[in-house]
Amino acid sequence: MATQKIPNKLEPSQQAIYWLLISLSITFTLYAFNLNNWVPASFAVFAIWRYLIEKNNWPYPRLWLRLPLTIAGGVAVLASYGSLFGRDASVALLAVMIAMKLLETRTKRDFIVMVILSYFLTVNILLFTQAIWVCLAILLALFSLTACLISASYQNASNQKASNQKASYQNASYQNISLQNKQALNHTQAWKVQAKLAGKLLLQALPIMLVLFVLFPRIPGPIWGIPQDAYSGMTGLSDSMEPGNINQLSLSSKVAFRAEFKSTIPANHQLYWRGPVLWHQEGRRWTMTSNNINLPTETLETAGVATDYTITLEPHNRNWLLMLDLPKVPSTDSLPDEAAIKHDMQVLSKLPIRTRIRYEGHSFLQYTLGATLSDYERTLALQLIDDENPKTRQLATKWVNEQKSPVDIIQAALSMFRNQPFVYTLSPPLLGSEPVDDFLFNTKRGFCEHYASSFVYLMRAAGVPARIVTGYQGGEINPSGNYLIVRQSDAHAWAEVWLQDKGWTRVDPTSAVSPSRIESGIAAALLDSDLLPLLSRQDYPMLKKLTLNWDAVNNGWNQWVLGYDQNTQLALLKKILHKDIAWEDIGLILVSTMIALMLLVSYFLLRNNAAALDPVKKAYQQFLKKLSKAGVNKLAHEGAVGFGERAAKALPDQSIEIQEISALYSSIQYAKHEIINANKTAAHCKIAAHNNHKLNLLKQLVKKLKLK
Amino acid sequence: MKNVTDAIIAKTNEVILGKEQQIKLALACILAKGHLLIEDLPGMGKTTLAHTLAQVLGLQFQRVQFTSDLLPADVLGVSVYDRNTANFKFHPGPVFTNVLLADEINRATPKTQSALLEVMEEAQVTIDAVTYTLPQPFFVIATQNPSSQIGTFALPESQLDRFLMRITLNYPDTASERKLLQSNGGREQLAKLSAVIDSKQLQALQAASHEVHVSDALLDYLQAILQHTRQSAHFNAGLSPRAGLSLKQCAQAWAMLAGRDHVIPEDIQAILPSVAGHRLVSNNTLTSNADNIAQLLKAVAV
Repeated sequence: MATQKIPNKLEPSQQAIYWLLISLSITFTLYAFNLNNWVPASFAVFAIWRYLIEKNNWPYPRLWLRLPLTIAGGVAVLASYGSLFGRDASVALLAVMIAMKLLETRTKRDFIVMVILSYFLTVNILLFTQAIWVCLAILLALFSLTACLISASYQNASNQKASNQKASYQNASYQNISLQNKQALNHTQAWKVQAKLAGKLLLQALPIMLVLFVLFPRIPGPIWGIPQDAYSGMTGLSDSMEPGNINQLSLSSKVAFRAEFKSTIPANHQLYWRGPVLWHQEGRRWTMTSNNINLPTETLETAGVATDYTITLEPHNRNWLLMLDLPKVPSTDSLPDEAAIKHDMQVLSKLPIRTRIRYEGHSFLQYTLGATLSDYERTLALQLIDDENPKTRQLATKWVNEQKSPVDIIQAALSMFRNQPFVYTLSPPLLGSEPVDDFLFNTKRGFCEHYASSFVYLMRAAGVPARIVTGYQGGEINPSGNYLIVRQSDAHAWAEVWLQDKGWTRVDPTSAVSPSRIESGIAAALLDSDLLPLLSRQDYPMLKKLTLNWDAVNNGWNQWVLGYDQNTQLALLKKILHKDIAWEDIGLILVSTMIALMLLVSYFLLRNNAAALDPVKKAYQQFLKKLSKAGVNKLAHEGAVGFGERAAKALPDQSIEIQEISALYSSIQYAKHEIINANKTAAHCKIAAHNNHKLNLLKQLVKKLKLK
Repeated sequence: MKNVTDAIIAKTNEVILGKEQQIKLALACILAKGHLLIEDLPGMGKTTLAHTLAQVLGLQFQRVQFTSDLLPADVLGVSVYDRNTANFKFHPGPVFTNVLLADEINRATPKTQSALLEVMEEAQVTIDAVTYTLPQPFFVIATQNPSSQIGTFALPESQLDRFLMRITLNYPDTASERKLLQSNGGREQLAKLSAVIDSKQLQALQAASHEVHVSDALLDYLQAILQHTRQSAHFNAGLSPRAGLSLKQCAQAWAMLAGRDHVIPEDIQAILPSVAGHRLVSNNTLTSNADNIAQLLKAVAV
């Protein structure tokens, strides 16, 4: 007994520490994806330590141990992050300190401090990731924290239990057993009660959360400044292309963007999503024209019906906004982020895309682009580094000498791809120092960028102006939601050649090699599709369906929760209030809505709280209301039976019913109907059923009662 | 059970005319195992009521007329030297009975009063270091004249508290009085009155009254009343926990007399004036205690 931990007067109930450990375990599991691994690992150590303290009544560590530990924690954060400030370092510091604080969490005050810190730590995960499953896990962690707060406040009950326990050691054995049984019962009940109350509290917070979400004033862009390094992991198209770039991208199943069409979705072979346009060749590398080139925008004539769509673009840390070939932009105002359209029909935003954005697109599938070609553009479109790829140049010269027209030259090149044993593959062999020669005449195995670049090289060598367009081709229709998912694996490169009278014309050499790539997507086209990410493949239809459904949920989450910005907010308010709202007024609306909400809540709380909860009292209140309408009011001090008699005298026509209801209510309220016994026996159930029966009878009688 | 109690009430009613409410209260007091104080002017039928109840309940009955020269030994008994056995022999006083009628208790000196009240509390008598237990059931029905009358020693609050109930009889209504006048008075009938139950049955009834269910909702109401007396400006001091317990027990007995197996607020309201009346001291000498209690009942919501 001497070594036994003596129950401290201020020590909260045992459940508190378990709730806290559960919650922190969830939180640190989530941080395991975002922080250095040693941070969650150190939590695991301290959590297990604290658990053993609780379970085996180990002593709490003394100050001489805690102090060096704290300093070591701080130094470790400094060492691994190089600073104590900034998002990652400060969150890591908070996390480590919370993990160590577990070792000195014993009194109610400690628990309250811990719970508040942990709330903060848990919510900080949202600085790193905002996926749905993370938010669900966070909710679970918050629930456990709330339960911890509740059980920390239960300390009185636990003290009684502790003293019970003490007494039971001294008492005779049979008493001991019965007491322990009672305690076991109390424990499970305590868990349940605390969990229930925590759930209730969170549910009650829901309306406030919704109001704050909808009405809290939004600032365009993220509120917190996140350092640049946060974007290093983003994937997407590059502003230059080398053989190998795009097939690497094809290994990623990450979503590039999603597109919703206002009308029907065009056929797969028409879905060319325009990204960077590459003009400049240098060895195996192709790059864009300089931003300062200031060429006039190419003329555009459109035909047919426009295709309208909305794109939700994932952040890719680059400037281009992908558009369906070929976008017509009436004015730059309709584009987000002060975007501008370049002379070669690329749409570029002013700043790199670092948050998910939504924008409208307006494209024509039939068009004539750049009917006349300026001399400068012609020079750019024929640029080649001299003295490379002699075989290719030879072939081009041969075609020119045969007096072929540009159209014939294109056909000759495409038929070469079609008729010779060219293979479309994700794993092409490495190319030698003359890459185009090596590819066209030797390896003959390549991905879209090989075909596009060698084709454009051929054209330029033959004097036909040409350029490479990169972007995405195709996409996957999600039937649940009816929108198009375009993944990084749909990245593509194709060519545009300039023809007299026709302007810039799209030619996709990949379609000559592998028509199915363009008709039905990348998975169908590749023989070695095993290399593709699982989600882009065509086997496992069940899995596919599941992932598509999940993507639909995610899309909704992105659009309505994460994508809820100032514009959406103002649009929503306009819809609700039928009035244009200035964003400065949103704060006012928020405050007045909160006041209204609080008034509503207090009204319900003040309005006969007990009656609102108890169905028996509720039914009786209805009865009183009816009588009150008939002119008989119950005085506060009157008993039900006494009032019933008085009312019966006042309303002799219904005297029997009134007395019956009064007697029934009185007997439900005051008669014996509960066995004071914890275990639910058959008799207890019978009595409960009897009570229910009485209640129903009361409700019926009150309903039937008709007074003049 | 209700048949039995109804029969008792009916039988008592034959002697004490037109006082059904008071008879029921007195019976409830007895069922709750309490002592009864009847306070009224001389000649209102106090003694008759006590006598009748003892008779109807089949109990042994003793009567002591309290006077200013009455000594404790006159009530409790006395040890007398027996010359034959050369020993002190205890002669039990009138208190060794089931029902003791202490007539005009406020005429005796405080010394005698407190001797009796000790017996009431402990149901035993200790004389010369020997303890004598009283027969069961044992209860005292005391009568007293309103204390304003000449030649009385008013019972202090602490001793009034020993009585579970205090009731008053008041003047009879005209019909009852006419009936009384037509007969030769209650005393004649009293002589030929037969018992309805015996002491064993009475004890069973007392046990049954203890079993009447008191719900949490009712205890809420009861506690609200107690709380109100403690906070109200009308009363010098609030009701004690013992008074609360008494209220509960009387309400249980009252519910049993009504044939119910559970107590309802109306039961509390019915017995409250009798149980709390002598325990509450009004701050305001101008309003009667009865008015104050009526006010109290009005102020506490059911």
